[in-house]
Amino acid sequence: MLRFITSRLLQSLLALFLVITATFFMIRFVPGGPFTAEKAVTPEILRNLEAHYGLDKPLWRQYLDYLGRLGHGDLGPSFKYPNRTVNEIIADKVPVSAELGLLSLGVALIIGITLGTFAAIRRNSWIDYLASTVGMTGISIPSFVVGPLLVLGLAIHAGWFNASGWYGPADRVLPCLVLGFAYAAPISRLTRGGLLEVLNQDFIRTARAKGASEFRVITRHALRGGLLPVVSFLGPAVAGILTGSFVIETIFQIPGIGREFVNSATNRDYTLVLGTVILYAVLIMALNLVVDILQAWLNPKVRLET
Amino acid sequence: MLPAAAEKIEQGNSLWLDSWLRLRKNHLAVFGLGALVAIGLACLVGPWLSTHGYEEQNLELGAAGPSRAHWLGTDTLGRDLLVRLLTGGRVSLGVGLAATFVALTIGVVFGAVAGFFGGKLDIIMMRTVDIMYSLPFMVFVILLMVFFGRNIILLFVAIGAVEWLTMARIVRSQVMATKRMEFIEAARSLGFGRRRIIFRHILPNILGPIIVYTTLTIPGVMLLEAFLSFLGLGVQPPMSSWGVLIKDGAEKMEEYSWLLIFPGAMFSLTLFSLNFLGDGLRDALDVRSSKD
Repeated sequence: MLRFITSRLLQSLLALFLVITATFFMIRFVPGGPFTAEKAVTPEILRNLEAHYGLDKPLWRQYLDYLGRLGHGDLGPSFKYPNRTVNEIIADKVPVSAELGLLSLGVALIIGITLGTFAAIRRNSWIDYLASTVGMTGISIPSFVVGPLLVLGLAIHAGWFNASGWYGPADRVLPCLVLGFAYAAPISRLTRGGLLEVLNQDFIRTARAKGASEFRVITRHALRGGLLPVVSFLGPAVAGILTGSFVIETIFQIPGIGREFVNSATNRDYTLVLGTVILYAVLIMALNLVVDILQAWLNPKVRLET
Repeated sequence: MLPAAAEKIEQGNSLWLDSWLRLRKNHLAVFGLGALVAIGLACLVGPWLSTHGYEEQNLELGAAGPSRAHWLGTDTLGRDLLVRLLTGGRVSLGVGLAATFVALTIGVVFGAVAGFFGGKLDIIMMRTVDIMYSLPFMVFVILLMVFFGRNIILLFVAIGAVEWLTMARIVRSQVMATKRMEFIEAARSLGFGRRRIIFRHILPNILGPIIVYTTLTIPGVMLLEAFLSFLGLGVQPPMSSWGVLIKDGAEKMEEYSWLLIFPGAMFSLTLFSLNFLGDGLRDALDVRSSKD
């Protein structure tokens, strides 16, 4: 078990290193720099700016400097927002995106697991068909179609919600619904499949024979094993919610890190892009690591080996 | 002597015929197939049949709802939405097929090599896939598109590069399973070279899952393209794709809701059809699947 964790950890660190290096060099090789986009700047000012930000040093020097600063947790100053460091900007926006992400995940899990469970208990009933239709819809209608449509219907025509913004709790509803719904679909399918397998096993029959109520059988016995596929899906699900947030934050004008990432990429704000990419990479890799470990631990075969 | 009736040799069904018959019974899948054929034909031929040009602006008319002259209405520059939708469809479907083809080629080659040779090579290749799997690919694709220009070939490559990983894994596991079968052993003992065995014996036998997964990759690819276009990073004007049309529609939906609804509906219908067809193919081609 320990060996497994160590090897996965090393793998992740290697991947992280690759990501940082690749992104660093990719950004530097792009035509145009952070200062050429907007107002034309005279050559002297350009040179001063570059010297100030260390852009006039040789490439490998910049790379080493960057790595050095990274070691101290300093992501550098932002190029587009003078006098603000990347750490500040990220610290500002990440809580918003985190809230969006967690709430959406919650929505996805609640809707998905509930639908999937009912679909498994009452196979081929109307609930089952509802679940698979929801499943199909979630996969086929993308978030950037559902989102604007919901805004059109519920916010603009019915006036129940604001069309954009992230001020009060009501503003959370639409974005999280849209983002979560897309993942509720696969989660419900996986729950249904997993539960169906578990429900056929003998220990469930024993529990029922011993007189446990159906509710108890499901929640205390069946779900534990049935949810295993869902756990392994959590990795891709969170990664997906993360990338989905780019679009959702754009549609609903949410001041999160996803929208900031897209903007900074278009603006060629080197350090901000790099900082955001590193953030995402660390997040996704940590998550995959946790999910892998969790899976290995939950699987009794692996656990008993160690 | 055998009775005369037994002299008639019974024609068995090939795997493909069997699967096709099974597929036909799945109404959703048939619907999906029909819808796809219809959409494909419409996008291919439709723009030529229309009286309106794809770029033809009518600034006096501006954005108007569906009418007899413009069946789906017009956009803010007076361009006919139906023609734009069908032309955009060409791009979206084209990107979908091209990128899937890229993913298919890379994935099959990679997976077949890893699965067939096994051992150290397999371990290295699969570690690479694992590492790449853990990278935030969308992030990279966005970076690529922003930085290296909005080249449509780059778009195929970038999207294909994201999707080949799962294909490689599937091909690899299929190859590993098939490799152990006796007819491969027979082929090897007959002295067939490795390349011949892979291409003429193993691959044709795993075509089933490959087809299924390919059909299911296309919607994923189209989704990616639309996603990128929505963020302004995919297909660039004057070319349009369904993603671009949806983006425009979303921006103007308050006053001109049809600009969002029609592209959205078309896109969703295509994805639905592909998914139904893919699921149906999976059920039809898998000889051992139980109807649960």
